[in-house]
Order: sequence, then structure tokens, then C-alpha cells
Amino acid sequence: MITSLAAQRPPADLPGLDPSWSRLITSADSTGAERTWHMLDSFADRTDTPRVTLLCVHGNPTWSYLWREVLSSAPDDVRVIAVDQLDMGFSERTGVRRTLGDRVEDLDRLTHSLGLTGPVITVAHDWGGPVSMGWVLRNRDLVIGSALMNTALAQPTDDRPPVLISMARLGPLRSLVTERTPIFTTSPSVLAGSKVTADERAAYSAPYATAERRRAVEQFVADIPLEGDHPSGPVLDAIAEGVRTLNTPVLLLWGADDPVFSDRYLRDLEGRLPHAQVHRYDGAGHLTIEEADGIVDDLMLWVDDVAGGNAMVVDDAPVVDASRESLLGPFSLRDNDVPPGTAIVEPDGSGWRRVSWRQLDRVVCQLSSALQAEGVRAGDRVAVLVRPSAELVGLAYALWSLGASIVVVDHTLGVRGMGRALRSADPAYVVTIPRGRVPLKMGRVRARVIAWGDLKKRAKQADCSGWNGAATPDPGAEALVAFTSGATGPAKGVVYTYDRIARTRDLLRDHYDLGSADGLIAAFPPWMLLGPALGLPSILPRMDLGDPGSLTAVALAEAAGELPGTVLWASPAALRGVLSTAESLTSSDRAALSSIRLALGAGAPISRDLLSRLMSLLPRASVRTPYGMTEVLPVAEADATEILTAGRGDGVLVGTPLPGVQVMISAVDHVGNAVGEPTSEKGVLGEVLISATHGKSHYDRRWATERRASRTPGFHRTGDLGHLDSQGRLWIEGRLAHVITTANGPIGPVGIEEAVQELPFVRQAAAVGVGPVGDQQVVVIITSDVLPSGLASLEVIDAVRAVAGIPVAAVLVRRDLPVDIRHRSKIDRTALAAEADRRLRGQG
Amino acid sequence: MRVLVTGGRGLIGEATVRELTRRGHEVTSFQRHHADHPDAVRQVLGDVTDPAAVTAAMSGQEAVVHSAAVVDMFGEWDAFERVNVGGTRTVLDAASAAGVERFVLISSPSVAHYGSPLVGADAGDADPSRTRGHYSTSKAMAERLVLSTPAHMSVLALRPHLVWGPGDTQLAGRIIERARSGRLFLIDGGAALIDTLYVDNAATAIAQGVERCHLPQLDHRALVVTNGEPRTVRELMSRMAVAGGAPVPTRSVPFAVARRAGAVAERAWRVSGASGEPPITEFLAEQLATAHWFDQREVRELLDWQPEISLDEGFARLAESCCTAP
Repeated sequence: MITSLAAQRPPADLPGLDPSWSRLITSADSTGAERTWHMLDSFADRTDTPRVTLLCVHGNPTWSYLWREVLSSAPDDVRVIAVDQLDMGFSERTGVRRTLGDRVEDLDRLTHSLGLTGPVITVAHDWGGPVSMGWVLRNRDLVIGSALMNTALAQPTDDRPPVLISMARLGPLRSLVTERTPIFTTSPSVLAGSKVTADERAAYSAPYATAERRRAVEQFVADIPLEGDHPSGPVLDAIAEGVRTLNTPVLLLWGADDPVFSDRYLRDLEGRLPHAQVHRYDGAGHLTIEEADGIVDDLMLWVDDVAGGNAMVVDDAPVVDASRESLLGPFSLRDNDVPPGTAIVEPDGSGWRRVSWRQLDRVVCQLSSALQAEGVRAGDRVAVLVRPSAELVGLAYALWSLGASIVVVDHTLGVRGMGRALRSADPAYVVTIPRGRVPLKMGRVRARVIAWGDLKKRAKQADCSGWNGAATPDPGAEALVAFTSGATGPAKGVVYTYDRIARTRDLLRDHYDLGSADGLIAAFPPWMLLGPALGLPSILPRMDLGDPGSLTAVALAEAAGELPGTVLWASPAALRGVLSTAESLTSSDRAALSSIRLALGAGAPISRDLLSRLMSLLPRASVRTPYGMTEVLPVAEADATEILTAGRGDGVLVGTPLPGVQVMISAVDHVGNAVGEPTSEKGVLGEVLISATHGKSHYDRRWATERRASRTPGFHRTGDLGHLDSQGRLWIEGRLAHVITTANGPIGPVGIEEAVQELPFVRQAAAVGVGPVGDQQVVVIITSDVLPSGLASLEVIDAVRAVAGIPVAAVLVRRDLPVDIRHRSKIDRTALAAEADRRLRGQG
Repeated sequence: MRVLVTGGRGLIGEATVRELTRRGHEVTSFQRHHADHPDAVRQVLGDVTDPAAVTAAMSGQEAVVHSAAVVDMFGEWDAFERVNVGGTRTVLDAASAAGVERFVLISSPSVAHYGSPLVGADAGDADPSRTRGHYSTSKAMAERLVLSTPAHMSVLALRPHLVWGPGDTQLAGRIIERARSGRLFLIDGGAALIDTLYVDNAATAIAQGVERCHLPQLDHRALVVTNGEPRTVRELMSRMAVAGGAPVPTRSVPFAVARRAGAVAERAWRVSGASGEPPITEFLAEQLATAHWFDQREVRELLDWQPEISLDEGFARLAESCCTAP
């Protein structure tokens, strides 16, 4: 039996809900009958005109409570209206079965009754999405933007409907789950797990206490047009098609781990709304706004942009120099023009395998032909899970020759992290070795999988007799998605265009004067990929490429002698490996090492001790430490001699900006926010800002990250903390997130760490702050081979204080420090600070 | 200024008398027994619970520093109530009656410490219904009393945090004595970070308080005063032990054990009527196992004051006084 129940106000004590927001509004519904709605309205007691109104529509089975933080966070001139759809939340139970079309009409009549005028930004979640977008299509003159969170406007044709929803829709089960028991009404907040407190969970269930009050939940689920012949099908289709015509800004805020609306619904929306900006939140599930960290701030940032007419569009058509040499290097040449000689040397059993340019050119041709046969086209993202080898280089250039974009996910992210990264990049194809299937499976990656072994077999059959060199891809097209190490937050996808990679190559070539006499020793495998683009031969040293520390001095000498190698690119871990095995070098090994003219240690700072030992091991080499990041590399550079001469300072000297690169500082305030205008004034501690033309295009599907990183026009905000000295050289003092905000001002941790690390009994040191922001105390954590773990003794404390240069409250000794896997040197100071804080609070 | 200091023979009182005199104030020191003050200091002997004696000492004063109090971890409520609450009322009433314009109460951070860690904390409001232990409760009541004084008198509650220094029989003295006899234990390894205040710095802060408490930003406020150099309990105890020529503490008991031992000891002392204090009380166990350090930024600005003696300098002076003493 269908009964009607009056609308009411929610209980006054729901967490986060201000009772003064609640309004009961009577308006005609789609049938013309007068109905009473419950809604939240941040302007409930105001009559002034807002700058913009947010119209928020919840899904099923939540209610306007979902939007409470939007109401509380909105600036004073932004009005937030969050309705409870009829038959849901605390709105009237009408006893009438409502379809999607009815709901759009209901909402439309309500907003007319409210006299809502523009500008309006719509915000919707779950099945509020179709209702909201249906409303948008009827009110285009009012709408200036639309935000959607984990929703669907259509059932992607390639797959089944969401399993949970399908289950809930099975006739008798539907009624049991959605109406007769509160399972469905409590499920979203239960799915949200620990992010939603028990009180908030109860608040979500508050309007759905009885079967009568839950009836519409069941009807809503029944009205989801998953089958082609569903009565609401045509309405949904019209909305799904209609949004293709929208030209107002759209923001898709997406919980990446939603078991209901998974990534394929996001892909569908991106297809319908190609201009949409996307932010995908790792670790957030279906109840996006509850689960995604910082999402309300992100939404407000976008609202402000849209309201101000500044909605940022990633514009990657800056001046592209068409005359720039193709990234495809020798492979773009006609067969006869391909240079003679060696392209790549790689270990082969106990010997070496030499691959000539001609051979590699053939591999590129054959692989591109095989990839094409698999369906790979220009613009497709193709993830590559293949071990470094000459064939991998061939694969990369084959993909570029097709105009595809390579998704690079390195194993240091761990199987889980790789899976996450891959799913976020959402490649169309993955070329993988068998082991790569593990992260693909764990990450529930929905790409078409191409077995590397099969691809190579098919490539061998390709006929490349007519190959005239690879076509030059569009310089402005996407060429690469690389991932940050995740040492300083979740791994972020970084997008490069062909032109931006070519610019990086040119900068390297010009700055290091790389010429035909050079050979690259790729102890850091990505370097190998640049060899062909630079037209230089490269060699993979004999080492476990999965473990940079496995590079030995003898293996390096062997590689240097074999190529011969003149330029070494290695991570600090690899260099440590070399130095720790240097005693086993023979005199002929040492002679081979003297062919190295340039040694680049990149990825993380290298200690002065390591540098001076490296200088004596490589007597002819200029030892340098390029500074940069996945987003832009290289940025600045210091010579080892310069670093040793400069001695210890506040931080690590990373050197002078490279030609064409500008480095500026945005000062941090006493609470650790980088708020200063960009300055090159010496000695100012702040976030490092970089202006360069060879950096990333943008972060992938992380609108808010990109927006914040590029909020200073012309600059990339690095999140690194540092200062410039009187000679314009950059010193890095840690990460912005690791700044210690003492009562006497902000301090970077690295200067203290560098000083403390010079103590004989200290292996490694980390400096962190404990206590409230702006009044923190400095705690130094050291590792040592000779000291017991725990609180340091008085002698150790005295020694640390004597060198630290600033007041130190406590010194803790630890067995080791948590560091990232990729570089083995980026200290997780956030974790250390939390641990020190716990420790020094006392009471266990 | 003519200033009356009660409890002039205590650690803080004595240092305050010395500092105020150095600054050229005319100081009257009020306490039960004759103190070892410079000749310029007028001494009046009496008890703060004796209205007649207090009234006599109050005559002609412009400011009062009320530091007399029973400072014990243990004991019957009556004594705390009589001296710390009743005594404060007596002194406050006498001051009002005598037209004294400034009143600085020496309070304690424990009046707003309810057992949970205080990390870079603000002073917080005194709440006798939530304090731990008789001492804290009585001081919280005294502070409320003083801060509820009508506006005719400028009042300021200063809460010096764990004052120590040469001649200190409470904190440093006890630690040294226990370290010497091998009875000094840490609780949970002594990792809790706590603030302390070297006695001379307490005196300068109080003198600043006397001179500035009429300022609107200070009047009727309660401020915690510390050296602003929080240290782990282990480091503090070790430094004090070393200053006293004793071995550093190395043994540690878990917090739960220490707290239970404290409760048992208190009961045993009470039942047996043993003299003195038990070696550990619940309150002490809690204090030694819980961080309490404070945000000093506003305090320093308001008082226009910086601690002149660093902890390190303080430990050196403690060592000197300790080892040159007979």
C-alpha cells in the first residue's frame, strides 16, 4: 500500500548540520499536486543576491545531509541549496511512483517556485546526476557550470551494469534490500567505512527509519533504466545525449574505488563531456564527498574559477616548434639514411649483445606494424610493463611512431601502487610480460592486454620492406604519462607531449654538449629511452635493473669499456653500490672508467662524502647532480666541486638553474603556507617555483592538483622547500609539507639533517616538528650503527644540539628511517613526525 | 612600587623578592618564618590564613604577589583548602580593603590540566571540577577567586610551570636525592615532553607581571610561563641528577604500573598515617608520563619578557650550587 507522509525537518542534533539551513517549501510537482520539500539553504534567512548559487542534488539513498560541508564551507557570497528529492530524505512521501522524467520535472518546478535565478552551478552525486543534468538541459540560461561525483548518465555499452545495483534490482531481493530492511539505505555510508563516523552514519539513515519512509528508495532503484526497454530509458538517453551539447565548464570529481560507479562510468562521461575537468581521488569510494580528502576545498576552488569566468582549461597548444627535430631520431629516417653503428648494447648471458641502428630500426617498424594490427592508433594510451632491454626501446619508439602515448609505471610503486597508477591512467592497451598481469589484476585495470612475447612473435612476421621511416607525430599530442614516485603523496600521473619530451632532449643535448662521440651508460633505465632521440648509442650495465643498488664498480667499468661509455646517468643508490664495491676494481677496470667524462647523479641528493669519493673513482669525469622531478627535469645543476667548495649550508645545494629555466621562491609564512609572491631575493625560505618550457603538460586526471601546482601563472609549484643564495643558486631544504613551524619562524629540515649527519655516530638524520602548527618543537631522529634505539643519551643530545644550529627539544634514535623505494633516500618525515609526536606525548 | 610578596621564603617567592628589589621596588616579604633576604627587604612574619596579620602587612601596599601556598602531591584536602583557597581569599580581601591596585597570583598550569597530554597548549581555563589531585583543585579554586575580582583591581594569574633551580627542595632537590639513593625511576622511558621554568626566569616574569598587569591585555588573564624549551622527562631528570653528581636514571616502569603503585602508596600512607609523602602518587605518575608544554608566543609578547637563563645555563648553575654547598 502506498501512503503519503508529510515533509518534516531533520532532528536538530545531526553532526555537521546547522538546523538554520533547513527549509520546508511547497511547490507543485510533475503531476501538478502541491508537495512539500525539505531542503538545506545557506541563504535561508537572507534576501541578498548571491554571486552564484550551487544547486546540489543527492542520489539514492542519501539526502541533502550529503552536502553539509559544502554549505558550511561556501564563501559568504555563494548560496548553497541542497534539496531532498521528493519521497526521499525529509521531503514529503507522496505515495506516487516517480520516474526519472518526473524527478527532473519536480526539480524544475521547485526551482521556479523558489524563483531561482542565475548564475547556477549544479552539483550532483550518484543518481542525482541524471536528475541534475536533466535540469541543466532545461535551464541552460541559468547554468554556468556542473560538477558531478560518481554518477552515470548511461550504461556503458561495453559492460554489465554495476553488480551491486543489479543485485539490488532483482525483484524480490530489491524489495527486501531496499525497502523492507534498511540495508540499502545504510549501505553507502557503510561502504564509506571509517571516513564516516557512527553518528554521521546514523544521520544518513535518519530519514529512512521505516519501510514506509524507504519506499521511494526501492522505487528509485526500480527506475534505474539498465535494460533497453525500461520506461525511463528514453529520458535517460536524451539526457546522456543532451549533455554532449553543453559548453559550460564541467568538473568530474571521482572516487576511484567505487564498487558501484567504477572507472568505466567515468570514461563514459569523459567521452560525452570531452571538455570536462577530472579529478580522480585514489582511495575514495562511492560516497565521494565523504571519502575524498580535500574534495570540498577542490570543489570550492573550481566554483570560484567558474563564477569568476576563469575555469581553467588545460591548454596544451603553446608555441610548438615544428622545425624541432623529431623525437623519433634515426627511426624517422628512410632506410638508407639510417646511420651505421651501434644503437644499444645489452648484457647477453656472460657476453654482450650489440644492436645496430639498422636492426633497431627494423624492430621499430615490425613492432609498430604488429601494434597497429592489435588496433593501437594515434592518441591511444598504451601502458608498457616490460623489462628494460633493447626491444623495450624498440617498443617505445614503435608506439611513438604510431602517435600513441606511453604509460610508464615503474615497479618501485609496488604491485598495489602500480595497479592504482595504471587504473588512474586508464590505458586502452597494456603490453606486458606475464608478471605484469599481477598489478593489472590487482588494480582492476580495464585495458586490452597484449602479451609482450606474443607481440614480439607477431612482429617478426611483419613485412618491413617498404618502411620509409616513422611518421612524425603531432608535436602537441600526448606522448607520455609518467608517475611520480609517490614518496611525497600518492603517485601522480604526469603528462608530456611529444614537443615537451623533445624540448627536454634538446636541453640535455645542448647543456651537456652530447655529440656523436658520446655513449650513454643507462644505469637509470629511462635514460636508455632518450638514447635514440639523441641519436646516441647506449648500454645497459650488467645489474638487477629492479634494484639500483645492485650496480657494482666492476659492472660499471665493464659497461664503460664495452660501449665505450662517456656519460653515466645513475641514481644515488646505484652510485652507492658502485662505491661500496670499488675495492674489487682492477687497474684495467679503472682505466675503462676513465672513459666517463660526465657522471650525473639524479633523483635525490647525494652526500658530499659520496661525491668526493665518486670524483676520485672517476678521475676524468665531471660529476654533477641535476635537480628536477618527474614534472620537469632537469631544472638546476651543481658540479661536485662546487658542492664540496660550498660546504654545508641550510639545505642541499642543487645549483644554478639551467639555461631557459627560471627558479623563484614563494615564501612560507609562520604556519607553513607558501603565500609569498615569487621572488629571487636571497635567503627567503619558501616553495620552489619553476618556469621552464620543457616540463610536464599537466597532471593526469587531477584537476585540483594541477590547478594548485600552476596557480602562479607561468610557474610550476614544486612542493619543494628551499632558498636561493647570493649567487642565485638553489638550496633545497626539504618538502614544503615537511616545513617545521617553530615559534621563531619556519625552518627547513634538511639543513639540520645535513649538520647532524656529520656526527661520527650518525648514519642518517631526519628533523621533524612536533606540536601545533606555528609553535612546533624540533625533534631530531637519527639512525646509528652504534647507538641503541629509543631516547638518546645526554652525550648524544649534546652533540646533536651543538651542531644543529637551532633549538632541538628531543633526539630519538631509530634503527632506520622510512624512505621511498624508488630513490631510497626520500625520508617520509610526515610518518616520522607522527611517530615522534605519539612518542613524546607520553602515556604509551 | 610598594609590593607585598607572600610566601617570600619559598623558591619562587624568594627569587621574586630579590628581583623586585633589584628593580628598585619597595618590597615587603610576608611569610611564617624569617627569610634570608637582603636588608632592604622588610619582612613581616605571619600566616596567610590569619586575617589580622595579612591586613597589617597589606597596609600601604600598591601591589601584591601572592605566592604562599601548600605545594604537596599528597595530603588531606583540609590543608589545601585552608591555605590555598582560604588564604588566597584572605589576602585578596585584605588587598581590596587596602585599595591595592595590582594583584598577581602565582598559580599553576595544573589548574587546567585534566590528564590528557598538553602539546603546545594554551593556558586553558581553570576548572576545579576536572583537576587531578587536591593541590591542583585548590589552586584552580584560588585562581577562579582571583580572576572573578571586580575591575577595581588589576589581577593576573601567572602559572609558572615546574620551577626549579638552586635551593629548590621540591623538584630538582627530590630528583637529585632519589638519584643519589638509586630510587629514581622513569615512567614509560620518560619520553613525555614537558616544559619547566628556571627560577630566575620565573622571578623576572613575575616582576614583569607586577609592572604590566594593569594593561588591558593582561588584566584578568591567566598565563602559563615556561622557559619555552620543552624536554623529555628523561633528559630533565638526567640533567638534574648529573648536576647533583648522581647517576642518570636508567630504570623505567610502565605507566599503568606506576599509576597503580601511586594509588596503592597513597592508600598505604593514609591508612598507616605515615609521615611525609609517599614516593609516588597517582598524580605524580600521570604528570611524569604525560606531555605538557605550552605555546609561549602570546605570553612573551604580553609580558614583554624573555627567559634570560637557558635550561643549559640553569643546569650549570644548579651543578655549581649543589656541589659547592656544604
